[in-house]
Amino acid sequence: MPDQLLFAMEVTLNGLMAGVLYSLVALGFVLIFKASGIFNYAQGVMALFAALTLVGIQDGQVPFAHLINAIFGTNVHHFGWHVPAVFAIILTLGVMVLFAIIVERYILKHLVNQEPIILFMATIGLAYFMEGFGDLMWGSDIKKLDIGLPQGLNETLESVTYGWWGYGFFIDNLDIAATIVAAILVITLTLFSQYSKTGRALRAVADDHQAALSVGISLRFIWVIVWSIAGFVALVAGVMWGAKSGVQFSLSLIALKALPVLMLGGFTSIPGAIVGGLIIGVGEKLFEFSIGPMIGGATENWFAYMLALLFLVFRPQGLFGDKIIERV
Amino acid sequence: MSLDSLDITESYTTPDGRTIGGVVMEMKNITLRFGGVVAIKDISFDIREGEIRAIIGPNGAGKSSMLNVINGFYHPQEGEIWFHGKKRAPMKPYQVAHQGIARTFQNIALFNGMTTLDNIMTGRMTHVKSNMLMQAIWKGPAEREENEHREVVEKIIDFLEIQAIRKTPVGRLPYGLQKRVELGRALAAEPKLLLLDEPMAGMNVEEKEDMSRFILDVNDEFGTTIALIEHDMGVVMDISDRVVVMDYGRKIGDGTPDEIRNNQEVIDAYLGVAHD
Repeated sequence: MPDQLLFAMEVTLNGLMAGVLYSLVALGFVLIFKASGIFNYAQGVMALFAALTLVGIQDGQVPFAHLINAIFGTNVHHFGWHVPAVFAIILTLGVMVLFAIIVERYILKHLVNQEPIILFMATIGLAYFMEGFGDLMWGSDIKKLDIGLPQGLNETLESVTYGWWGYGFFIDNLDIAATIVAAILVITLTLFSQYSKTGRALRAVADDHQAALSVGISLRFIWVIVWSIAGFVALVAGVMWGAKSGVQFSLSLIALKALPVLMLGGFTSIPGAIVGGLIIGVGEKLFEFSIGPMIGGATENWFAYMLALLFLVFRPQGLFGDKIIERV
Repeated sequence: MSLDSLDITESYTTPDGRTIGGVVMEMKNITLRFGGVVAIKDISFDIREGEIRAIIGPNGAGKSSMLNVINGFYHPQEGEIWFHGKKRAPMKPYQVAHQGIARTFQNIALFNGMTTLDNIMTGRMTHVKSNMLMQAIWKGPAEREENEHREVVEKIIDFLEIQAIRKTPVGRLPYGLQKRVELGRALAAEPKLLLLDEPMAGMNVEEKEDMSRFILDVNDEFGTTIALIEHDMGVVMDISDRVVVMDYGRKIGDGTPDEIRNNQEVIDAYLGVAHD
């Protein structure tokens, strides 16, 4: 096989893997949007916050260390212990659930029956609040996240492909892990929403608030559930991105990449979020590889948005989104 | 026959041989205001166990508001609601649902993306015993429970003769069938009190006859107490045991269909009065 084609294949594979990470972030958006009609701008920051909390707990960081030191004149930074990854993840999950309860109790509850734009604004406020809060709680330095996921070049794959075509594929183990985790996550979420009673209640609330109330579903409970799940997805996304590029505040900008993903896949479709993420991931890499050199490179910054714009012109509801037809 | 003298715990037998029990729900001096607008003005009436109770009145009389008060969507500024001999504290609609009060809506509120079966299954929500954690950890009991619910739901589907559309997303169904699915969802809760908001609105004669039959059958076979709002006077007089008439938020009549037919104030409200 010609080298060019093999290289394109490798790029495609890498693009797919990167796309999985986009999908993970987009998934969090879709979940909340489906269940409550809110476009949650804070999803990216939630991923950041979850990753920060996970690292903080794992390393035994003292939360609000700067604040405590400034007020009491002390100099504490670490508890001096190291929490195993599994416990740290469980604790972080607990924090995300607590966060969901607080969001419901202090924000959503007061905004019932408001225009979607008001709720959207509330999530923007939430995003900035969380970013600052995360900074205050865990500090703003870049942290290394290590929960024991495999990292680095997958040598098996390289040697196998080298044996076949005399060209070794370079695939990161972490990307493979992310793909597997994402697949498990999506399957679990789908099963949960399709076959459990809570899942049915969730879909009911997404469909019609009034009717849901009349059959005995508590909206507040469902919202806590939805935000908890979104928090969980944010944690997974945060872990994957954090392991790839370190936990840093630019992580919250990934959320912006999720926007074109959602435009492609449709705001209401879980499979859409996945496929949209993959298309963007692959498209970005292939475009950079083929057209990039001709126009000076760095196309990855804007390609996704261009693609989304094209989609908006020709298929505004996205690939899998619901086409809204109003009966007149 | 006049029922005015009947005690609240006493039962009686209707002309067609059904036994109507004591009072299950009593509305006492209900007043509901939206800002300066009075939607319901000092209305009292009761609903007896096993009866079909109709609320009628011209447009804007406050009928739907009344149903929303019973259902917990609205909270009256004045008055008391007594249910099963106890005064009811102000409640959220989902809490009312858990007390055994189910309803349908005037403008059909189904879960459009879900199938008929799933829609009716949501009606079982108030009977769910295993909680979410249990469902996730220990599948056995949750699955057994799901099967029990499924059985009830299948019975309702048979009863309403909608087997053929079991797996159809309800958004695609014609209007008349959607109304029937919505009734099914309310029935799935095995309610003590069933509230129907204009169950026959927008239906043709045939569909109306079907719906009347279902309402009567529900009442007859399951002994469900039903309170319904309806515009079609003919239907109301045919199927209900007692009728409340509302006009401009006030109660202008209350009694058996025969009494209502001969109530001068009701006739005036419906036909208008000549001012000379």
